[in-house]
Amino acid sequence: MNINATLLGQSIAFAFFVWFCMKYVWPPLSAALAERQKRIADGLEAADRASKDLEDAKEKVAEELKAAKTQAASIIDQANKRASQIVEEAKEQGREEGQRMVAGAQAEIEQEVNRAKEQLRAQVAGIAISGAEKILEASVDEAAHARLTESLAESL
Amino acid sequence: MAEAAGAEHTQTQGEYIQHHLEFLTFGKDAEGHWHFAHGDEAAEMGFWAFHVDMLGWSIGLGLIFILLFRSVAKNATSGVPGGLQNFVEWVYEFVETNVRDTFHGNSALIAPLALTIFVWVLLMNTMDLVPVDWLPWLAQTISGDPEIAFRVVPTTDPNVTLGMSISIFLLIIFYSIKIKGPGGFFKELAFQPFGPKLMPFNLLIEVPTLLAKPVSLGLRLYGNLYAGELVFLLIALFGAFQLPAHFLWAAFHLLVVPLQAFIFMMLTIVYLSQACEHH
Repeated sequence: MNINATLLGQSIAFAFFVWFCMKYVWPPLSAALAERQKRIADGLEAADRASKDLEDAKEKVAEELKAAKTQAASIIDQANKRASQIVEEAKEQGREEGQRMVAGAQAEIEQEVNRAKEQLRAQVAGIAISGAEKILEASVDEAAHARLTESLAESL
Repeated sequence: MAEAAGAEHTQTQGEYIQHHLEFLTFGKDAEGHWHFAHGDEAAEMGFWAFHVDMLGWSIGLGLIFILLFRSVAKNATSGVPGGLQNFVEWVYEFVETNVRDTFHGNSALIAPLALTIFVWVLLMNTMDLVPVDWLPWLAQTISGDPEIAFRVVPTTDPNVTLGMSISIFLLIIFYSIKIKGPGGFFKELAFQPFGPKLMPFNLLIEVPTLLAKPVSLGLRLYGNLYAGELVFLLIALFGAFQLPAHFLWAAFHLLVVPLQAFIFMMLTIVYLSQACEHH
């Protein structure tokens, strides 16, 4: 074991390698790792934020759904009401129409009856006159008896 | 190893181990000439000699580390990382966690320092798992010199481990003075643990404690890896029976290699953290 200038050589080499490592190896490695750490932290934060956003969105969806359901229910309710109203109205209209038709028919019938009465009366008057003519077998003053027969027919 | 046994049939077992523990030395001899040397000639060169093999492997592995990590760092994406970036980030986070848990000061140096130490020492220790004769044999074949000494595990050279630990020691001194001021640093050495009146005793305790840090740091790593390599060399002498033994020791070393790199890094962080803390 003899100590010699190898020691100096080794020391110089050692100093050089440490200097080189300090200058050109450590800083870039350190920077790369720090940057990766930051990126990972950012990524995790973004993931947290996204999951929170998702939670919020879910809540909002539930709210909207609830509102929509309420709205739909009220619309259906309204529609039902309106439908029953329409039905009521239609019923009312139908009844009125029916009544009107019945009234019209009755009026017509009355008219027919009256007309038939009128005809009948006229015919009866004629028959009565000709019957009376036949009974009397004499010519009677038609004009004098017309009033008589007419009042007779009217009393029928 | 069969090929080595062929090349070194004239060696005794002692010589085999001796040869494997010799460095490829390039230094200045007594007359002031610079040349490669081995054996006693290398030992006589004194301080002005370099272990070329150790420095080569150490710097080569260090270059592999910084180039690999630089290529990843340059193209590092904050998106989904690829396979290599994943691995580098895993190492980065391992080191960063340890630094953050232990070092409470604020310094741009500590973390890259710890990363460099951990990966570099780990790579150097890992060379211990390469069978002991392969790379020396390659060196002998390429150089054409059958006697060439060539070691491959830089952390089995105390020069390498102490070179690092002394650099860390200088950082400890630097941070101690920077954070606490020269007076504060001196007070920490002189006024503890017995109070200002017993200053000589305090210094007698604290100064060796301080000096023991780089020595223990460097020698721990060196001792563990040197012992490991020595056992690999002894196993290589078993001849035909070496394979199971080699496998067992390598499996055990699979634990020692990263553990020693980790300990070296952790102690560095702890020492520097102590240097930066007020008491």
